[in-house]
Amino acid sequence: MNLTKSQPIPVASPPFKLGKPTREAYGEALLELGKMDPRIVVLDADLSKSTMTRIFAREFPDRFFNFGIAEADMVGASAGLAASGKIPFVSSFACFLTCKAYDQMRISVCLPGFNVKFVASHGGISVGEDGPSQQSIEDIALMSSLPGMVVIVPADELETKEAVKAIYSHTGPCYIRTCRPKAPILYTESCAFQIGKANLLREGNDLTLIANGLLVAEALLAAEELEKEGIHSRVLDMHTIKPVDEGAIEAAARETGAILTCEEATIKGGLGAAVAQSAARSCPVPMDFIAIPDTYAESGKPEELFDRYGLTAKHIARKARSLLQRKT
Amino acid sequence: MEVSDKEIRELEEKAREIRKWVVRMTGTAGSGHPGGSLSEVDILTALYFKVLRHDPKNPNWPHRDRFILSKGHGCPALYAALALSGYFPVESLLTLRKLGSPLQGHPDKRMLPVLEASTGSLGQGLSIAIGMALAGKLDGKDYRIYALMGDGESQEGQVWEAAMFAGHHRLDNLTAILDYNEFQLDDALLKILSLEPLTNKWRAFNWHVIEVDGHHIPRIIEGLQEARETVGKPSIIIAHTVKGKGVSFMERNNEFHGKAPTPQQVEQALKELESQSE
Repeated sequence: MNLTKSQPIPVASPPFKLGKPTREAYGEALLELGKMDPRIVVLDADLSKSTMTRIFAREFPDRFFNFGIAEADMVGASAGLAASGKIPFVSSFACFLTCKAYDQMRISVCLPGFNVKFVASHGGISVGEDGPSQQSIEDIALMSSLPGMVVIVPADELETKEAVKAIYSHTGPCYIRTCRPKAPILYTESCAFQIGKANLLREGNDLTLIANGLLVAEALLAAEELEKEGIHSRVLDMHTIKPVDEGAIEAAARETGAILTCEEATIKGGLGAAVAQSAARSCPVPMDFIAIPDTYAESGKPEELFDRYGLTAKHIARKARSLLQRKT
Repeated sequence: MEVSDKEIRELEEKAREIRKWVVRMTGTAGSGHPGGSLSEVDILTALYFKVLRHDPKNPNWPHRDRFILSKGHGCPALYAALALSGYFPVESLLTLRKLGSPLQGHPDKRMLPVLEASTGSLGQGLSIAIGMALAGKLDGKDYRIYALMGDGESQEGQVWEAAMFAGHHRLDNLTAILDYNEFQLDDALLKILSLEPLTNKWRAFNWHVIEVDGHHIPRIIEGLQEARETVGKPSIIIAHTVKGKGVSFMERNNEFHGKAPTPQQVEQALKELESQSE
């Protein structure tokens, strides 16, 4: 395994400016790709104003198919389009796409390995006021369980755009989760996005915070707070949960001796599970997990929910301190 | 589409050959679904040996018609039709369900690339066919897409999502075929969950409905021809069939939904099918 040192990618300093929601960045990226490649077709299930596929739909109405509220049929049809040489991008809310059409993803798309791109919006509890029926906490575990599926949670608008380009260039089924609220701008120039390659955002040797999605900003804030106490945190943006960057995990374990994962998904079967599985094989070290506990959340403002369910920088810093107690 | 008497006799002989393979394949495998495979044989024969535009030597030919077996458990008959068409050697048919065989227990395109899709979880094939129909329309290609569905399968909600979509979008390059053999795994459809009034349902979803005797090859061909000529609507051919057709002790005997014949039963079935040949 290649454990060569790399330099952190420069990111913005706190306080972070709010940028576009990652779902909007997806809509814009899709339009750009659609202009370049006529094979791209877009499928939605009556949520195009929310998933932002309508940006594409307005420009390319002939290559946009609104299936109505019928996710199973939509995902099945995406398999047929991919079999015919199209590159379908399929969108809905994360909870509906991954739960209602899981079986169609499983048999129609992933078993034959068709080249279908799923980009689901409204991931996690940052959906907010709409409540637990609309908040997808299970999508990462579900998508990771499908053989051959690439699973990505980008952190901000720039990373989302690069992730969308990356899955377009990748052959095979992919899943990207985007989020509803505006995302803090972290990447200012480029994030050199590569599927399965974590981004090193901050160097440190006391422990590593491995985060993705909206939790990357929280992890960076937590690292600042810990720094004031003399705790040096490494921060990795593990945007790809599958295939997870095993080299970066092993290096984090060997060089920092403790890992805290941070994600906006159920603690069962998400980023934390993937990182723990990898570290257990390569270099077991004390670990802990910031994630949504094994429960449904509730209505509320995103920031209120992050606080109640333990996903803020404050919670990350607290858990980091207690994790360090376990380091030998 | 002209079909001479001689050609009909040849097609009927082809169907008997497929039925014999279904019996041998499931018998050798010791498992599988002979009942629903035998009921669909005449439909597959009409498609693969008369109606489909395809070239077994060039399975990826872009202009080929597409066929999807949505009722994936009926794959022994499909595998036999493909082998007899020349897609792969007939000898491999007896590897059905064996470790490493391309002939998986349900159609798996990963293992057998000449398949158009992977199926086996009921209700999905019509949606896959819709995707192909949309692609055909987008690309201005005149290939047609056929999806063979089961009657029990039609209890799946996805079938009706797909029916609504195809009717709304007037996908006239799409033909669904229903193998209406009146049985599902547990019992007769009428006892479990009836589909009736079925023709009215499909008409209400803006489909052109054609009913045929699913074992009368000339009538199946006529139905497929009528579907091809129907403009502005997708068509469904409701084919009335007999589960286990062609083998006396399997006909309407739902024990053979998902049970293979014993070696003695294979012998008896082959003898019966042989005697049906002229």
